[in-house]
Amino acid sequence: MSDENNPDDGDSDYVTSEADQAYWKANIRLLVTLMSIWFLVSFGAGILFRDFLDQFSIGGYPLGFWFAQQGAIYVFIALIVIYVRQMRKIEKRFGLDDDE
Amino acid sequence: MTTQTLIYLFVGASFALYIGIAIASRAGSTSEFYVADGHVNPVVNGMATAADWMSAASFISMAGLIAFLGYDGSVYLMGWTGGYVMLALLLAPYLRQFGQYTVPDFIGARYYSKAARVVAVICLIFISFTYIAGQMRGVGIVFSRFLEVPVDLGVIIGMGIVFIYAVLGGMKGITYTQVAQYCVLIFAYMVPAFFISFLVTGNPIPQVGLGSEVADGSGMYVLQKLDATLTDLGFTAYTDGTKSMIDIFCITAALMIGTAGLPHVIVRFFTVPSARDARRSAGWALVFIALLYTTAPAVGAFARINFVETVNEQQYADAPEWFTNWEANDLIAFNDRNGDGVMQYRSGEAFAGAPVFTEERGASGERLVSNDAVEGENEVYVDRDIMVLANPEIANLPGWVIALVAAGGLAAALSTAAGLLLVISTSISHDLLKQTFRPQITEKGELMAARIAATAAILVAGYLGIYPPGFVAQVVAFAFGLAAASLFPAIFMGIFSKRMNKEGAIAGMVSGLAFTFLYIAYFKLWNPDANVAANWWFGISPEGIGVIGMLINFAVALAVSRVTAGPPLEVRRLIDSIRVPRGAGKA
Repeated sequence: MSDENNPDDGDSDYVTSEADQAYWKANIRLLVTLMSIWFLVSFGAGILFRDFLDQFSIGGYPLGFWFAQQGAIYVFIALIVIYVRQMRKIEKRFGLDDDE
Repeated sequence: MTTQTLIYLFVGASFALYIGIAIASRAGSTSEFYVADGHVNPVVNGMATAADWMSAASFISMAGLIAFLGYDGSVYLMGWTGGYVMLALLLAPYLRQFGQYTVPDFIGARYYSKAARVVAVICLIFISFTYIAGQMRGVGIVFSRFLEVPVDLGVIIGMGIVFIYAVLGGMKGITYTQVAQYCVLIFAYMVPAFFISFLVTGNPIPQVGLGSEVADGSGMYVLQKLDATLTDLGFTAYTDGTKSMIDIFCITAALMIGTAGLPHVIVRFFTVPSARDARRSAGWALVFIALLYTTAPAVGAFARINFVETVNEQQYADAPEWFTNWEANDLIAFNDRNGDGVMQYRSGEAFAGAPVFTEERGASGERLVSNDAVEGENEVYVDRDIMVLANPEIANLPGWVIALVAAGGLAAALSTAAGLLLVISTSISHDLLKQTFRPQITEKGELMAARIAATAAILVAGYLGIYPPGFVAQVVAFAFGLAAASLFPAIFMGIFSKRMNKEGAIAGMVSGLAFTFLYIAYFKLWNPDANVAANWWFGISPEGIGVIGMLINFAVALAVSRVTAGPPLEVRRLIDSIRVPRGAGKA
């Protein structure tokens, strides 16, 4: 997710404000963290490391199988909830919480 | 009351409800027709999104697929839910902040090009029609089995219902009907699941039941017992798949990314008041979807246990009523290889391909087939699609539960069909007419064009339902693969890269689309015999190839954009305005 805010292609008369750039950086940091967890629980625990995790179990579920058919989905929900909350905080910090 | 009367009653009542809601919420302007005026509450929109998203495939087919695929079925569970994380974090809030009506609107404006908009419209129409053909088949199956009307008449009734609320109500009508349809379908899915989980494990919560012990005193866990039973009959263990890890990985990724790129899902986030609401709404949508998606694997596993126990080694003459009912509908067949009148259910095919029934009956009274014989011991053919529909009957549940499932299956198919029809008609009246070929059209004319386009789309969809092209079931992978390879990268780069320009985006979309299309078409249509793992590139099946298409799209787009001029000033301003949620975008 590289970001070139002001590509040097001639019209340097328009510059993104510093506050907006800082807001966007904070957003990207949050996205990278959450998307990494998203990848780890589904592709990681449910697929790549499933065989290793299957030696443990939750009730009658082998752990890797549980992640693939149940656990990943619960974590997905949690990720969106955290995202919504954290974004509100970031927006407050940057004075963008103008609720209609 | 007989089960049949109950079915008519439940289905009739649910249809009356949908039509009532549609009449109460007619659309009066293009903004209401396209995005319900952007005034939908995020929770309500989440529920509507869930109904829009969960199609006949989710409701009818998914648990059945998982029942027969075991661990491999996880690709659908993770793939069709994980996409919502991508939607919520990477796309929905920015598209809402952009604040127009359609996905091609965004692509056209961000890439300052009518050509880009038209490419997006072509992708969208192709994806949506592929998807809708499957919905109409679902409507046909439910009608023919439960309402005892011919499939054709069933599809026509379904078309009539969708016509009323999609053409009159537009997005506004669809949104509120979908809320009702979500309630019907989730209730219809959960009630039999509670019953069956309780019967099999003694615990009514299916998500817990699947991890519990079987209530037959054996002290074995459900999954243990399933593994043991299936390996005895020559199948792979339920918790072990047969697909390779790279294929599982790629199919899951293609379904996730495809979900995030499906136009009829994305457009739902244009209907809420702000970018903030779009985030919340995606969260609610996933909650409502997860309710069904975490239940489905339990339903699938219980259904497989029940199926083996009630069918295997039983005399055909004593077969339960549901078995002969579904046999009469061509979806089950018994091929008595050894002539003992007992059904041996084993791994492998009972005969080559789907059953072709003759008019004759065998020694035990079973319907005979004229298919070619194959090696093996299995004598039972069963279509995976019947698992959810037959489940209440297999578990001997009361008639009203069966009626409820029929109404739920129809709700799932109709809500998705309506959402798809709407994006098709919007893309024609708004993107092709208003924004490209006839900019001088009046608001009234555009609304009329949207309604005519919706009508035409319903007729085409109905035709596909009545005369399903043989390859419909084969090409569902198209919709997700193409969405992943074409629309998703264009939207994603449009938000996250300021350097991406129209040349790069168009080249990327066209190459991603062409590659994915050719790969799937080669293995699914032109040379289906070659569709085996040994011939696949890197061992990736056509279902998962959308991921490679997406990587090609990204690579081509980045390369082309490096050697052509960057986007103009006003586009860079546009990107800043969608990145930072300052005041609600105007819908």
